Amino acid sequence: MSPEAEAATTLTAVPTAAAEPDEPRAAPPVIELVDVGKVYKTGELEVVALQAVSLRIDENELLAITGPSGSGKSTLMHIIGCLDVPTSGVYRLAGHDVQSLDEAVLAGVRNLAIGFVFQQFNLLPYLSAWRNIELPLVYSGIPPDERRARALAALERVGLSDRADHRPGELSGGQQQRVAIARAVVTEPALVLADEPTGNLDSNSSADVLRLLAELNGEGRTIVIITHERDIAALARRIVTMRDGEIEAANEPGARPARDLTMTEPTP
Amino acid sequence: MTWRDTIRTATEAVRTHRLRSALTMLGILIGITAVVLTVGLGAGAKAKVQDQINELGTNVLVVSPGSSTSTSGTRGGFGSASTLTRQDAAALSSPVTAPDVQTAAPASTTSAALRAGSTNWTTTLTGTTPAWSEVRSRGVSTGRFITADDEANAAPVVVLGPDTVTQLFGGNPNAVGQTVSYNGVSLQVVGVLDSLSSSENASNNDLAVVPLSAYQQRLVGGANRNSVSSIYVKARSSGRLSAAYQEANALLLNTHRVTNPRNADFSIATQQSILQAATSVDNTLTVMLAGIAVIALLVGGIGVMNIMLVSVAERTREIGVRKAVGARPGVIRRQFLVEASVLGLAGGALGLLAGLLGAVVIPLFSDSRVDLSLIAMVGSLAVAIAVGIAFGVYPASRAARLAPIDALRSE
Repeated sequence: MSPEAEAATTLTAVPTAAAEPDEPRAAPPVIELVDVGKVYKTGELEVVALQAVSLRIDENELLAITGPSGSGKSTLMHIIGCLDVPTSGVYRLAGHDVQSLDEAVLAGVRNLAIGFVFQQFNLLPYLSAWRNIELPLVYSGIPPDERRARALAALERVGLSDRADHRPGELSGGQQQRVAIARAVVTEPALVLADEPTGNLDSNSSADVLRLLAELNGEGRTIVIITHERDIAALARRIVTMRDGEIEAANEPGARPARDLTMTEPTP
Repeated sequence: MTWRDTIRTATEAVRTHRLRSALTMLGILIGITAVVLTVGLGAGAKAKVQDQINELGTNVLVVSPGSSTSTSGTRGGFGSASTLTRQDAAALSSPVTAPDVQTAAPASTTSAALRAGSTNWTTTLTGTTPAWSEVRSRGVSTGRFITADDEANAAPVVVLGPDTVTQLFGGNPNAVGQTVSYNGVSLQVVGVLDSLSSSENASNNDLAVVPLSAYQQRLVGGANRNSVSSIYVKARSSGRLSAAYQEANALLLNTHRVTNPRNADFSIATQQSILQAATSVDNTLTVMLAGIAVIALLVGGIGVMNIMLVSVAERTREIGVRKAVGARPGVIRRQFLVEASVLGLAGGALGLLAGLLGAVVIPLFSDSRVDLSLIAMVGSLAVAIAVGIAFGVYPASRAARLAPIDALRSE
């Protein structure tokens, strides 16, 4: 096993593990941000995207991050998803300081521990639905037969078994987003990050997508949804509201009963 | 990511962007075709000359009169009375004075119009001794070659080349026994030389051979009846060729009473030296053309780099997606490198095909010959892939270095 894969496995193993009896202290939170800041430099101009954000997200949370455009919520999600690195502060993922990991290790973390759902779907246009879904498995070195089986299983789970050989261009927006969700979960990650997942969808498709995300949370995954739609945010157990690169309001982890939402069907 | 997946991904990308890939490959294709054909044409021209020189016979030295070096004072050069004589040839044939020489044949040639009945044909008339057959490795297909008796008696006999027979006697296969005349002297045809089938040099199959004595006394004459225009010397084996050269040189210097080898009134050429002289021009041309071809290949390579850079820019978002789902920088780099080498390989393979096609077509339209060289083909294919990789490195590492989020954000 390569060092990258090993590191990635460690990162995935901790958050998914149940209570560790041998460990005297409590398991570290899945995600812990301490005074995280992000400043973009464009020439002489400095744009502060995040001030000093501190946030803890525990295992199996369903968290919504809301706020107006430019409030830094996407930047926050990119940092949580290891797509971007903070310019100040500390980000610990499963107890590991992310800044100390190199890009190859982070790629492994994204591959095995994190699934992404984007507003723009971000499917590769020249690959069929199941080929898009198997992509993360290709990068984790799973043999082809198993890849296909797992991709088709993920596709079935989002209710698109009959669309396996369709390219993204031949699918509706809602179907594309379901394919994207299948891709996000095909590696069975502990954390799923959704950036405005319903931003480009009609209300019916949005409901499908939100139901799928809620189901994933019911399976024990941590879900972080970025949205500026209040009613979607209201489905979450916990809401973090951002403004001008800072957290304006947040309820504490576990503020709502854990099983509350997953039992509730989303509004159709 | 396994190599199989990498190669599949690369070929998919090449197939997806068909026009762009085709244009890229065109650059490589032209380069490879140019390399294969220029090297092939060069080798063909060289082989042609080589064949002509091999038709002289094997392990042969050619002694020519006159001198290739010049010193002060006036001297008889080539064109006045020849400095070589039949006695020189006889001395060279002697196993005592030149043990490494198998045999030597003096020869004089002139252009001559022969007549058979009412048919006229101008051919090369060669007067020589029976040793000629052995030295030049030419036998007869029918009849016999000139004999020592013919030579001793200056017999009016002639051995004709196969093409000469066709010209003089048409389809008649029984040329032996017929008579041809030259300058009013009747010559009996005693044999027909076998054909040099591979020969592209017409004079090898169109000639008339008569005894040297008859040539000098009856047919052509000349200022000095002993002088000959060249002597063909055959060494006993290829290993003894250089010894034969030394012996012939020493012997002729001695018999011609030349003390300083620089003043020698003859020159000895080996097949190798004739070949070198004949092919040096070809070589220069080949090197020049190959240079142009290599530049073409280089331009093709820069085309690959250009396309790969465009490809990276155009597919930044794809790179972002791949990174987001877990592609490590090394994997992205490898993908673009393999993509570039797939373009190089495919363009190279098509270039080879075009080169092969050219090798078939070109000889149909010109008398050039294309000798395809396996080394040039394999080498140029390797260069094509190397060009793909070398010019793909920069775009590939640029793609690999992109930060995932910057790549995802691009439009």
